[in-house]
Amino acid sequence: MFPRIPMLSYDVVVIGGGPAGMAAAIRAKELGLKVLLLDENDYLGGILPQCIHPGFGLHYYREELTGPEFASRLAKRLVELGVEYRTAARVLEIKNYSDLEKVVIFTSPGGAYQVWAKAVIYAAGARERHAFEIGIVGDRVSGIYTAGEAQTLMDLYGIMPGKEIVIVGSGDVGLIMARRFALEGAKVKAVVELMPYPGGLARNVMILRDFNIPLYLSHKVVEVRGKGRVERVKVVKVDENLNEIPGSEFWIEADTLIISAGLVPSVKKLKKIGVEIDPATGGPVVNDRLETSVPGIFVAGNSLLINDLVDYVAEQGELAAEGTKEFIENGGIESRKWVKVEKGENVRLIAPHYLSGDRDVYLYLRVSKPMEDVELRIPEIDKGMKLPVVKPAEMLRIKLKAEEIRKAEKLTVEVVKA
Amino acid sequence: MKTKVAIIGAGISGASIARVLSRYENLEVHLIEKAPDVGWGVSKANTALIHGGYDDDPEKYPTRAKLCIRGNRLWHQWVKELEIPHVWNGALIVATKDEDFDELERLLERGRKNGVPEMRIVDRDELFHLEPNLTREAIGALWVPIVGQIGPIPAVIAITENAVANGVKTHLETEVTGIKVENGEVKGVETKDGFIEADIVINAAGLYADRIARMAGIDYFEIHPRKGEYWIFDDDVPGPKRVLFPTPTPISKGIVVTTEISGHLMIGPNAQDLPPEEKENLATTREGLEQVWEGAKKLWPQLPPRNKVIRTFAGLRPEPTGGDFIIKAEEEVWGFINVAGIRSPGLTSAPAIAYEVAEIIKRDLGIELKEKEKWNPYRKEISHFFTMTPEQVNEAIKKNPAYGKIVCRCNNVSEGDILEAIERMKFIGVKTPSVDSVKFRTKATTGTCQGSFCRPKIVQLLAREYGVEPWKVTLKGKGSEIGIGDVKVLLRGDA
Amino acid sequence: MIYRFTCIVCPLGCSIEVEVENGKVKEVKGCRCPRGKEWAVQEVTNPKRVVMSVVPVEGGALPTVSVKTAEPVPKEKIPELMKFLAKLRLKAPVKVGETVAEWKGIKIVATRGA
Repeated sequence: MFPRIPMLSYDVVVIGGGPAGMAAAIRAKELGLKVLLLDENDYLGGILPQCIHPGFGLHYYREELTGPEFASRLAKRLVELGVEYRTAARVLEIKNYSDLEKVVIFTSPGGAYQVWAKAVIYAAGARERHAFEIGIVGDRVSGIYTAGEAQTLMDLYGIMPGKEIVIVGSGDVGLIMARRFALEGAKVKAVVELMPYPGGLARNVMILRDFNIPLYLSHKVVEVRGKGRVERVKVVKVDENLNEIPGSEFWIEADTLIISAGLVPSVKKLKKIGVEIDPATGGPVVNDRLETSVPGIFVAGNSLLINDLVDYVAEQGELAAEGTKEFIENGGIESRKWVKVEKGENVRLIAPHYLSGDRDVYLYLRVSKPMEDVELRIPEIDKGMKLPVVKPAEMLRIKLKAEEIRKAEKLTVEVVKA
Repeated sequence: MKTKVAIIGAGISGASIARVLSRYENLEVHLIEKAPDVGWGVSKANTALIHGGYDDDPEKYPTRAKLCIRGNRLWHQWVKELEIPHVWNGALIVATKDEDFDELERLLERGRKNGVPEMRIVDRDELFHLEPNLTREAIGALWVPIVGQIGPIPAVIAITENAVANGVKTHLETEVTGIKVENGEVKGVETKDGFIEADIVINAAGLYADRIARMAGIDYFEIHPRKGEYWIFDDDVPGPKRVLFPTPTPISKGIVVTTEISGHLMIGPNAQDLPPEEKENLATTREGLEQVWEGAKKLWPQLPPRNKVIRTFAGLRPEPTGGDFIIKAEEEVWGFINVAGIRSPGLTSAPAIAYEVAEIIKRDLGIELKEKEKWNPYRKEISHFFTMTPEQVNEAIKKNPAYGKIVCRCNNVSEGDILEAIERMKFIGVKTPSVDSVKFRTKATTGTCQGSFCRPKIVQLLAREYGVEPWKVTLKGKGSEIGIGDVKVLLRGDA
Repeated sequence: MIYRFTCIVCPLGCSIEVEVENGKVKEVKGCRCPRGKEWAVQEVTNPKRVVMSVVPVEGGALPTVSVKTAEPVPKEKIPELMKFLAKLRLKAPVKVGETVAEWKGIKIVATRGA
């Protein structure tokens, strides 16, 4: 059905104005494509404007920036190039009529529109797991926030959520929020981590030492109690199989519980048009142009897989844009044969999934468990890279040369003792 | 002189009574509620079913048996007049053992006695035609087509809005502290906010009906809470088309598997009896949720992975002494009407309860009720972006661009929808801005992400429209504020 | 006294041990590069951090502006700096990169405009 609403026409529609989307739109414009970027927020940058801590841009800009600064650099470039964009524009539906006919329907205060495009870059980011998803029971009271929501409240809207804080999950966002709370005068009473090792980058784990915050490894929060507002949370110790140890329960008094239990790529709209999803990454199965299983639908950033570094996110955006250029010029992404990338020992997830062998490629991967003195190996092409330490929290990135890829029928990536 | 009526409790019963009594020009109706908004007690958390009326034994529970089927019939009319979200999808009471048919036959017979139309036993083939993903162990079912589902809080809101439009005065966040009785007659209601004069006091206080009754010196019944827990799953998890019950046992109606009106698979409830004083114990428990999971699996084996849950919750049913609804004018205190122990099927019975109360006023209190010349039976639902076509969105945007701006991305709720909801909150007298009030009117924050993206935006809108600091906006009333102050409050040392 | 920590200079994350005697660094073990060693010594003798916060702003699209210190601040001074920042109030317009205040010679720079 064609809705009777105003029609726009572009080569590429980029969905999402965070770092992946902005980098994609910039690159697409540089490549001479007619591009429209859509973002649902009132401002560009996605989640970056609320990530006020430093640590962004070391690879991409070769200097250390805060999140808002990284976003404003991309936004500045976007505006300089004259990329068309709309904020407060929420995509309602993507329709895939044919390889070169996509329709993106969006709504905005200026109206609902249908945009016809030859290709779509989907860069809508991720969402956070919430308390119900991780099985926390008890009272449904105020004071339970995901780390991202707490960050929005504090660092965009200037609201202090509480004064005695327990944080679930020692991933980067959780640790960064621990620091924000501590800096603004709140008492962070515990960071509770299910795994026997911390989940964040080393530079963020250091926050705990800086602010004397107790870290409970191999523990989980199972229950919240309170009347109106969180009053206390119940913590229990787990064994090496993550089973709860009876009798190990204890309560921590707190008025705020922050959930930082990981991110999930936001891909519902892609699933609706039949895009194949990799259960390991939670994002689409893609080829080395970051094209999904639906021709002409590309994906980048946290919708592809959860990244640690914004630099990689922006890199993925550019790559997807280059993919759309090729797709539009050639009427599709061609390849002689696709070399499948497979997960070997201690590899939990990896992307891209199919490589053409006609270009160099970065593989992004995460390990299942931490190890020391390892080798990242691809036996089929006899490639190896020694690493002193690998952790699930830190994404690995390895570059493969086109000629290496061409040598193989498939590539198995494994992380084994050196 | 008008007869003054004070209804204590703005749940489904109290609101329905208010609506029915708003018809009469010689009544001045006051609806009193301790919560900041209507429908936040027992009405809030239940299975949201409009039952068929086959379940209640007319010998043991005559009032329930009579009012349930009558309520069901009335709901078919009320949902239309009041634009209450609903679905009439029917229920299947599923047999998995040969003996179950004995019980189904009994239910069929009882249903006929109670006047339930169109019920019949379906065989295995027809059952799987109706519900292909049911447990393979199912061998037949009782099919009750008149069963349906509604949004219980949206229903209370709709009814209250209609009642207010017809002249009912609400007193929200007004806790009742006493009933004034003189010479065996009620004189009014004492509240934390002052005295409300009344010739008739209707006790529709849900879990607290026993306490309110005691304030009038009536102590022949007690209400104890029975907790039920539920799981709700993400909207991409397949659920049944009908409401699925197991064959009931003498103890329980069993754990229901259903797709609630917003399209989410929902399972529950279990039943755990709590002592009378635990009227606020709404905590979910692992044991309870586990029980529900195991129970639901028997009917619906393909439950999703547990991380597909978007919410678990618990509700309390007000179980009265004796088990039947207590709906009567108390003889010792003239003018005091109990509407107590409205446990299941209370939601279904509510409209019928309301007419019953009007009847009691006429019959037992001897007050003649004069119908208003003009009474408006209709109420319009607020705009919902998710029901609009893109063309309709563009029409709405001409009125206000906010209709084109999405706030809740999971459920497509627009800023325009939310502004309308806030207007309606003010219309019925909601004084404390809370996210839950917006949630129940718009479905914002109830999707996949459970509000982590949109709640801060809703807080901003509520703060602006109510003219309060954003941190003073609450989640669900005073004591559940979103924050403790501005971001510098702790460093300044004045938290 | 031996301090143990994970190096944050690069993703390798070496486990470093710094031995300190009478306030002097005696030995640094476990680093694989000079930058790591330099960082470890600084971390033990004079740890510094870039500090970030938000400051209320009037007349902007959002009610806050995010700020950072233009250079790392000695760790023990951070609480005092935060008290200073708690008193700041800004007025729009504020540009990214603009110095909005100065504290003991350290510039406070806006990282998000208003």
